[in-house]
Amino acid sequence: MAHSEHAATAHEEHDDHDHKPKGLWRWVSTTNHKDIGTLYLIFSCTMFFVAGSFAMLIRAELFKPGLQFLDPALFNTFTTMHGLVMIFGAIMPGFVGLANWMIPMQVGAPDMALPRMNNFSFWILPFAFTLLIGSIFVPGGGMAGGWTLYPPLSIQTGDALPMAIFSIHLMGASSIMGAINIIVTIMNMRAPGMSLLRMPLFVWTWLITAFLLIAVMPVLAGAVTMLLTDHFFGTSFFNAAGGGDPVMFQHIFWFFGHPEVYIMILPGFGIVSEIIPTFSRKPLFGYDAMVYATASIAFLSFIVWAHHMFTVGLPLASELFFMLSTMLIAIPTGVKVFNWSATLYRGSISYDPPMLWALAFLFLFSIGGFSGLMLAIAPADFQYQDTYFVVAHFHYVLVSGALFSIMGAVYYWLPKWTGHMYNMKLAKWHFWLSAIFFNVLFFPQHFLGLAGMPRRIPDYATQFADWNMVSSLGGFAFGASQLLFPYIIWQCVRGGEKATDRVWEGARGLEWELPSPAPYHTWAEAPAMATLDHGAPVHETHG
Amino acid sequence: MATHTDSDKYYLPHGSPWPIVGSVALFSTMLGAVAYLNDWLGGWIFLPGALLLIGMFFGWFSTVIDENQHGVYNREVDRSFRMGMMWFIFSEVMFFAAFFGALFYARRLAVPWLGGEGVKVVNRLFLWPQFSPGWPSNGPEHLGPRAGGSFEVMPAFGIPALNTIILLTSGVTVTIAHHALRTGRRGVLKLFLAFTFLLGFTFVSLQVHEYGEAYRELGLRLSTGIYGSTFFMLTGFHGLHVTIGAIMLVIIWLRTLRGHFTPTHHFAFEAVSWYWHFVDVVWLGLFVFVYWL
Amino acid sequence: MIKRNGHWLMVALTGLVAAVARVPVAHAAWTLNLTPGVDAVSRDIYGLHMLMFWWCVGIAVVVFGFIIYSLVRFRHSKGAVADTQLLHNTRVEIVWTLLPALILVSMAVPAARVLVEAEDTSGSQLEIRVTGYQWRWVYQYVGTNVTLISSLDRDSDQARQLDSGIDPFSVPNYLLNVDHPLVVPAGVKVRVLITGGDVIHSWWLPAFGIKKDAIPGYINEAWFAVDPDKLGTYRGQCAELCGRDHGFMPIVVQVVSQQDFQQWLKAQEAAMPPGSAPLTPEVGQPPLPTYAPPSPTTAPSPTT
Ligand code: HEA
Ligand code: HEA
Ligand code: CUA
Ligand SMILES: [Cu+2]
Repeated sequence: MAHSEHAATAHEEHDDHDHKPKGLWRWVSTTNHKDIGTLYLIFSCTMFFVAGSFAMLIRAELFKPGLQFLDPALFNTFTTMHGLVMIFGAIMPGFVGLANWMIPMQVGAPDMALPRMNNFSFWILPFAFTLLIGSIFVPGGGMAGGWTLYPPLSIQTGDALPMAIFSIHLMGASSIMGAINIIVTIMNMRAPGMSLLRMPLFVWTWLITAFLLIAVMPVLAGAVTMLLTDHFFGTSFFNAAGGGDPVMFQHIFWFFGHPEVYIMILPGFGIVSEIIPTFSRKPLFGYDAMVYATASIAFLSFIVWAHHMFTVGLPLASELFFMLSTMLIAIPTGVKVFNWSATLYRGSISYDPPMLWALAFLFLFSIGGFSGLMLAIAPADFQYQDTYFVVAHFHYVLVSGALFSIMGAVYYWLPKWTGHMYNMKLAKWHFWLSAIFFNVLFFPQHFLGLAGMPRRIPDYATQFADWNMVSSLGGFAFGASQLLFPYIIWQCVRGGEKATDRVWEGARGLEWELPSPAPYHTWAEAPAMATLDHGAPVHETHG
Repeated sequence: MATHTDSDKYYLPHGSPWPIVGSVALFSTMLGAVAYLNDWLGGWIFLPGALLLIGMFFGWFSTVIDENQHGVYNREVDRSFRMGMMWFIFSEVMFFAAFFGALFYARRLAVPWLGGEGVKVVNRLFLWPQFSPGWPSNGPEHLGPRAGGSFEVMPAFGIPALNTIILLTSGVTVTIAHHALRTGRRGVLKLFLAFTFLLGFTFVSLQVHEYGEAYRELGLRLSTGIYGSTFFMLTGFHGLHVTIGAIMLVIIWLRTLRGHFTPTHHFAFEAVSWYWHFVDVVWLGLFVFVYWL
Repeated sequence: MIKRNGHWLMVALTGLVAAVARVPVAHAAWTLNLTPGVDAVSRDIYGLHMLMFWWCVGIAVVVFGFIIYSLVRFRHSKGAVADTQLLHNTRVEIVWTLLPALILVSMAVPAARVLVEAEDTSGSQLEIRVTGYQWRWVYQYVGTNVTLISSLDRDSDQARQLDSGIDPFSVPNYLLNVDHPLVVPAGVKVRVLITGGDVIHSWWLPAFGIKKDAIPGYINEAWFAVDPDKLGTYRGQCAELCGRDHGFMPIVVQVVSQQDFQQWLKAQEAAMPPGSAPLTPEVGQPPLPTYAPPSPTTAPSPTT
């Protein structure tokens, strides 16, 4: 290392590049982006199972009419926790884990820009979720106001209220630090020659996502802080008697909340934009347009928030504005869908597991997008709002969008991480079971919603019985299929056929220039231009 | 763009205890706060957590300062720090934006609507016939500590105006200090840095004095309806930031006394001064929208 | 134009699942699609819904068709060779940006029209104040002293308890029945003034195309005018999570003829406890009535 005489006195280990401390302390103290990426991914997977178990309880209670085994208040707690833990515990850390692993490798950087802070942003999370999940067990019961935390209901919560709120503060701090790290890494640590418009799309989408995170997580922190003071210190932010307005919370929350849903999809867009070209053996169609579309989606995400609030009694002009601005998002998203389709066109397509997930994403996310567009039509939303139609919409974009993209990413890069191929056959089983039962689980929820079933209810009128049973059966099967996932990964970590460096025939990008498994430290020497040329998707005019 | 040459590599620390210490500290601080708010055990867990947090910052920053003094940070590392600080300040801006948003929403929409203005005329007809909207307001039920709910507002051109002058001056003094640092006039640097944090602490103590007056004499508290809520949350979080900024100023002042920082290499100094300017700008917003208009 | 017919879809899908479908007599018809409802706005919304639905189906057929064609045609296993020069095509890209924009305009125009119509509460002939409480609805007829407290009916309430041992299928209109339904006249523009007493609720009646949140401290307005020939009972539910029993505060509205309504209202006024003041503008937040409202049997049957 540079200036090693001085550094060595402060930090003995510096000279030894591949030395890593052993045992638990390695993982607790690590500043290596790959270790931290692994930690994030393990954490995300764990939280996926925790939140998925809540979902299983929800589906079991809804299996047939009548209260089966959950008190309604407890049911609401499970719904709330399912939403919060999936979003903040499973999807977001999953994407951050992928960013940690891949961004330095993809831009030719030796590590993340701020390694110690990187460790900090991870290790806050287990504590935050201890606080959140622990809040279920305190006097007064857990948070039961939905993940959207609308007052005045949410401030009727008992002792769990400050626990949940502080845990959200902690998650926010973690996300902000993670996002700062990602932006700085991308802006400051790229290898020479890696100009912005040569970056892989995963990097681009994460750059924009990180910006969204820094812009909106503090707003959420502010909103929940106001909940806290309304409850404990007698402020009147959301209390009409004192001149406040419960709806004001919704504005602030959704100013965060809508960009948040794109935070959960943009990195997924990036992943799909990596996988589809690889397995079509063809560069991404319309690279520049993809970048601009991502940026437009991010921009629009700041001016559409009140489409979650069409029924709160907004003035007509705002309803019109938010309806129209929301509809606009279909244009850049459409550009993305069309570009992916055009990438497939005249390709040479093979159907390995990552590609299967990406293709399922393409179809099912679009369906979720279509129902989103229907929701955007304000008068029609009067009928859809707070029904299972909305639940169906957001699971199509979140599960078959965000979650499927994470699955695809893991199956795409796993050989690079472990140096082994995984069990292709099992992986295909995992995919097909998931894809089929996902639809059995969530497609009927469109019918339920249209037929008039409200969301967030533990029991329902008998005309909803049949589809709920179908949905629950699909849910159990989908949930059980997920057990394959950790098993396949475990097998792959343990051993298996050696992976080549390029792994996939059509793979392009710097990460594939590295050996498999990727060594503990990579790109200590920045990669040379020559390597880059068949690396990132290079646009002609920028080549 | 980063260039990596053999003589000039990006410094990567290998392993650090501080983040986990920080996480534990944050957790126990929050648990302490929860216990305090919920009347569980008294807030005693709060203290060890907070002490640990301070210890963490001390340890973490000492390590960084130490490494820096040993010259292991090249220009790219320095740039990473700078970018990191700027984005951190941006996140702080957005935090304040949430509260400013609440203030504007309450003033421009919520309170008029409660009074039946615009499309919400039925609110006056069927809910709050007695309420006449306006600002400042503590709502149709006149919430607040006094019996009738009356309260007075802090006049802008008293202490707040004085505080504005103080903060603006401190912005100038920190810039003078920065200039002195860059031109190597260490005496001026130390002096003006000291001025800066003294002004900062003066600001905070005036603010504390003002709060005391508001609580005791003006009937203006956190519970004084939406006016009290927005007033204290905005000025309170700002005051907290001034306090933190002033402490950071003290720390870099102590470091200048120890001979740290060179005319070309002084990231920490700049970070603190950016932060200070940020706090300054937020105050201008507060002065205009909370006190004055 | 926006009124399209989605009937074959319902028929087809209903047939598809007929094997598992169980449609007990005492329960609302089992459906897959949105209700067209019984007033002009709800029918317009239904039209919008079908318009959007068919656009989405159409776009999906084109886009998915193209993708599936590529997936089948360009298989590596069938020796397809990738055209690596196909990087972009400005003309196509402009088309697929502008075309969706045009489609969106064709959706936005009727949507905006319906929105303006739905929000126009002027010119109403009857006003009812609706207040949501945890967990019941209170209805007050403006200008009269008539107040109804509408809670989940006893049968449903017993059956819905944990371990009640009662089969929900044996309860008529399980969870969709109340003790005191709201009674309204057909063919009259009715304005509802919706507010919340404790937390946010939402007053949703699918057949009227109305869903409006009940915000404590603020009043929201909505309106409906049921077709004169659509007398009957219509059911809805609270549509905003409002705590433990959010799932158990249904909304039931009986639509009766105007004469029946006038008679019913008179009878109710007379039955109210002596001294109960009429609800008129400028009285502010009236206290929640503590007396028992009149028996539901006084409501006329909507079929008369
Ligand atoms: C990953 C997350 C994600 C994503 C990407 C989206 C994407 C979209 N969402 Fe969704 N949404 C959620 C997550 C997400 N949403 C969640 C979690 C909720 C519920 C929150 C809660 O209440 O708990 C929600 C709720 C929600 C609502 C509020 C519903 C209600 O409560 O009443 C609305 C209303 O407008 C909406 C709209 C949209 C739209 C228009 C898009 C668009 O971005 C979709 C754009 C995509 C397409 C349109 C498909 C592809 C395009 C083409 C093939 C081009 C051609 C198409 C046309 C011209 C039509 N969403
Ligand atoms: C990214 C986010 C995400 C993901 C991945 C999911 C995944 C799932 N969700 Fe969703 N969900 C939300 C985000 C998400 N959800 C949000 C934000 C809400 C709104 C909350 C609110 O209203 O406030 C919601 C609400 C919600 C509801 C509505 C609840 C209500 O309104 O009361 C339902 C009901 O069916 C549901 C079901 C499911 C199911 C069955 C899955 C499945 O995909 C889960 C599958 C995973 C597992 C099952 C775990 C792994 C397996 C095991 C643990 C093995 C054991 C299992 C068996 C043997 C069967 N979710
Ligand atoms: Cu009342 Cu939900
Ligand atoms: Cu949204």
